[in-house]
Amino acid sequence: MHLLLSGAAKNSRERKMPNFFHIVVCAGIAPDPLQTLEPATGPNGPGIKNEMLLPAVLDPWAASALYEAAHLAASCAGSKVWLVSLGPKAKLQQLMMTVAQKASFELIAIDGPIGGFTDAHATASVLAGTISAIAGLDKTKLLLFGGWESATRGAGVALQLTGELLGIADQFQGVDRVEMSDDGSFEVLERVEGGKHLASNCGGAPAVLGWATGNLPEPRNNPQVGMANMRTMMPALQKAKTVALDPNGLRYISVSLPSRQRSTRVVKDLNPDEIARELVEWIGAE
Amino acid sequence: MESILVLTHCDETGAALSKGSLEAVTAAHELAARLGEALSIGIVGSKAESAAQSVASAGARVLSVSGEAFTQPRFASDAAACTAICRAAQPTLVLAPHSSRFGRVMAAVAYRLGGKIDTHIASIGGTEGIEASRWLYRQRIEAVLTRTSRPWFLLMDGGIHEPWSGEAAVPHAEQLAVELPAFRTRFVGFRSPDQGGAGTIRPEAKLLFVAGAGWTKKQPDGQIRAAEAGDLILQFLRLSAASLGSSKSLVDQGGDGNAVLPFLNHLNQVGQTGSTPRHPKGLATCCHGEEPHVVGWRFIGERRAISLDPNCGWTRGKADVVYIADAFQVMARLNALLAKSGS
Repeated sequence: MHLLLSGAAKNSRERKMPNFFHIVVCAGIAPDPLQTLEPATGPNGPGIKNEMLLPAVLDPWAASALYEAAHLAASCAGSKVWLVSLGPKAKLQQLMMTVAQKASFELIAIDGPIGGFTDAHATASVLAGTISAIAGLDKTKLLLFGGWESATRGAGVALQLTGELLGIADQFQGVDRVEMSDDGSFEVLERVEGGKHLASNCGGAPAVLGWATGNLPEPRNNPQVGMANMRTMMPALQKAKTVALDPNGLRYISVSLPSRQRSTRVVKDLNPDEIARELVEWIGAE
Repeated sequence: MESILVLTHCDETGAALSKGSLEAVTAAHELAARLGEALSIGIVGSKAESAAQSVASAGARVLSVSGEAFTQPRFASDAAACTAICRAAQPTLVLAPHSSRFGRVMAAVAYRLGGKIDTHIASIGGTEGIEASRWLYRQRIEAVLTRTSRPWFLLMDGGIHEPWSGEAAVPHAEQLAVELPAFRTRFVGFRSPDQGGAGTIRPEAKLLFVAGAGWTKKQPDGQIRAAEAGDLILQFLRLSAASLGSSKSLVDQGGDGNAVLPFLNHLNQVGQTGSTPRHPKGLATCCHGEEPHVVGWRFIGERRAISLDPNCGWTRGKADVVYIADAFQVMARLNALLAKSGS
């Protein structure tokens, strides 16, 4: 199997590598978790009030997937990472100024609607079509990464469907760790009930890995990585295809904020003994 | 006119249905009764026929896929089994538990059947049609939705319905044969992180105890007392049988190499990028109560917090009671009282 390297190495060498991966990370945009969210209904259905104006972050679990992808690519020579992101072009451009400094990747931007109210099936269809069209992507070496759930829709559906549409028969969700073997197979730990991990061994790519938190901290900003990414990022944003997402028969009947507001009792005048006694009583009460 | 199928799977024993599956049977049975429609139950597992006994009283048609290949969760085998059951039952509505096992495969199954799926369903209602409610933006916005597409798959969140508990009997289960692909994925085993006996989120516990980053910060005496904090927390967990949760910031400190509370990992994390447990009570300690963490408390019944900060997030309508106090002192007294009452 041959892989044409990108960038400076592209002109000088073509290597034969038995164990490299083409890692495609699907990652959306989510409002910064510290922002107050208020639902609003517009002509296209429900959304978040002023969502385009809210500070945004790369979807947190998908961001874990990106960091894991970059780490894996760095340890398997000849591997490459693409970041496929669907969102309003202006918002993507804004966000990529930060994300580009975290990890090396090639951006594939798709100009589309923001938010959690869109239909996951339509999102998956757009993602699968976009990934299939990536020039130079070797599907036999494909590892499809993403968050196991988004911070917006939180359904855990889009990545799985994208994998299915791409014909990938091995899928893992809630992934916290992947350990690669020399032969390209890997052991994967997925979160299951009871605070445990399910350990499986997969024969190798292609596979879908929906990441939970993983094990890597958020990388520090690296301006050099940012500059390298920017060379391909601006053209990618300029040629981002505009898509509309089909609701596929999905209709929202109501969208609301949870109504319960607690009236908090702030206790400042009890000593530790009194608080402990009150807590023991509370813990024991049915 | 709807045709309802509830897909279920066996637990780790292989011969009994998982708790989430039994809850989904209850939800499907209620829905079928409300709509006046027939119910089918599909079971996946190594000994699905044995597991079928527990739902015989539901009066449903039972279809099963069983055998060694279905003992453990695996995308390829589980997706093939669920697809086979759906093709045999021809449902318009499919309910299933949102377990890790079915969460991994059911969107793919819906696609294979030409259907659509919605997940994390909290309730199913509607007078004219079927309406499902679920949370968006990590439990910050509640939506009620419906779909015209069929089959419509609905993955039910756990802990909402009572597990089905009808009398056990020997049902007539239709065993389905499934053509399996060559597997590239092999089950290795289940692993529990070594946490020095602290454990992670345990759904059956009555109390959630959350440790925040404040435990490892400088205390009023100017000292960092992480070892003492660890002892106090572990002792409390032993005495109270509470489930241990944490904020992201404290867990991340461990990931960054600062082994401050070594028994915590990301499985303990509650909130935006962690879990959303459903304990009746929750006690937060040394935690600021910021929104990204508190969204994980959406389904905690009674909430109390111990914090040194009178302006922390908990005091702003996020907890029922907030004690402005030193958690080290309170937890030491609390442990002493619990030990005394237990002895």
